[in-house]
Amino acid sequence: MASLGVWRHLVGARIRADWQYRTSFFLFLLSQTAVACMDLAVVASIFSQVDSLAGWSGAEVALLFGLSGVPFGLADLTISQVESASRHIKAGTFDLFLLRPVPALLHLSASEFALRRAGRVLQPAVVLVIALVVAPIDWSVETVALLLVTLVSGTLIFGSVWVVTSSIAFWTVESQEVANAFTYGGSLATSYPIDLFATWMRRLLTFLVPLAFVAYFPAARMLGRDQPLGLPSSVAWATPFVAIASVLAARAVWALAVRHHRSTGS
Amino acid sequence: MRLYVEVARRTYARISTYRSATVAGVFTNTVFGFLLAYILLAVYDERGDVGGFDAIDAVTFVFVAQGLLMVLGMFDDTEIADRIRTGDVIVDLQRPYDHQAWWAGVSYGKALYYVVFRGVPPFVVGALVFHLRLPSPGNALAFAVSVALAVGVAFGWRYLLQLSAFWLLDVRGANQLGWLTAQFLSGAFLPIVFFPGWLESVSRALPFASMLQLPVEVWLGQYDAGDLPWVYAQQIAWGVALVLGGRYAMSRAVRRVVVQGG
Repeated sequence: MASLGVWRHLVGARIRADWQYRTSFFLFLLSQTAVACMDLAVVASIFSQVDSLAGWSGAEVALLFGLSGVPFGLADLTISQVESASRHIKAGTFDLFLLRPVPALLHLSASEFALRRAGRVLQPAVVLVIALVVAPIDWSVETVALLLVTLVSGTLIFGSVWVVTSSIAFWTVESQEVANAFTYGGSLATSYPIDLFATWMRRLLTFLVPLAFVAYFPAARMLGRDQPLGLPSSVAWATPFVAIASVLAARAVWALAVRHHRSTGS
Repeated sequence: MRLYVEVARRTYARISTYRSATVAGVFTNTVFGFLLAYILLAVYDERGDVGGFDAIDAVTFVFVAQGLLMVLGMFDDTEIADRIRTGDVIVDLQRPYDHQAWWAGVSYGKALYYVVFRGVPPFVVGALVFHLRLPSPGNALAFAVSVALAVGVAFGWRYLLQLSAFWLLDVRGANQLGWLTAQFLSGAFLPIVFFPGWLESVSRALPFASMLQLPVEVWLGQYDAGDLPWVYAQQIAWGVALVLGGRYAMSRAVRRVVVQGG
């Protein structure tokens, strides 16, 4: 809990620092919002050509887009800074994070915190609210609970993917782009129904990099649709357990990576 | 001119030392290629043609475009802006060479490396799984010319964006916004023939289509010999306009430079 206090202080300092360069801050906030808007523009363009995609209507895909975009934005805001580990290892400044009485991951993510990334959350949140109203959802207490659990779990799953893929930097420093395939690629993949991917990709997204739990399985249950790969509808409720397993796996990989670390400094 | 060719050659040599970065980049481009290809194929389950593209055209477009992203440098690097921010630019400006031509040399050196090592592999992997369209020898040659022109257009845009560092101090926001717009409107996320008609018109009226959409359309054989000069003319016009814009911005900027210390 003491570390959380430190985290708050560090994040507060980052926000005040960014605020000194206001023009840049707003341009950056605008560009972060624009990123999300362009993802939406791609989906909207596709639906200007067709009425449904792999049997999913525009409103249903919008639900996927929101369920994927909000957790991705939250993970981007809070934990994506782990990407900078690669830069710190190259420069020899990663040692700094190991010398402080705060967990290195917490310190790293706080010291590179950027409020402008909130732009990544705002726009998908709007889409999600609209989709929840428009899409044919069978509303019940269970649906509401599933929605809330899914948003939290999705953030944890995306965060875990970020930590695991960024840990590769401890072994090969020039590997940042591999992480992008899983994080940004994951964000793209989860915004669409996985039915349209090849079977091996669906298996991969279910069992190995469990991104199908971020949006697809919960959305399918909320919409009363059949699950793929012959899975029961209740697979949606595996989401929180998958999230916990992902976090534990990410913790283990990160700990292993930090132990492996050899500084380039002297 | 020889100096700038030499700059390009040295840049090629410099970039070619980062082998694992190249492998990592190819992996990522290929993953995005697969994701986008399947998404577009789902569209073709519903209809056979989108804006003159059939399914093979669309999937080919995706893999050629993924290969060209790095060739065009369509990501927000800040190599030029960093030297402006730190004040090092003053050293560059005192030297007896043209600042813009120097950086153009850097861009072309990178492009030459990336066209081979980042351009070809995603396409080859894509071709193992999907049915892709190979150009006729004539179209391949026309494509090469179009890509060379596109690199110039993208460079013109990059130089302009990064010069904003003279006014902004922190150029990253403007830079990111500039490249996102370019990626989206050039068809990097989605071929612009998939856009609603009005948005496709907007995209074709701006320099961005000249960066990616036009070269890939040349690859796909969408233009016959009579249309090609028109494609090239558009690309050259945008390249010249952006480069002149960059020269004008630089002439304004040097009047603002204040270097601290002595």
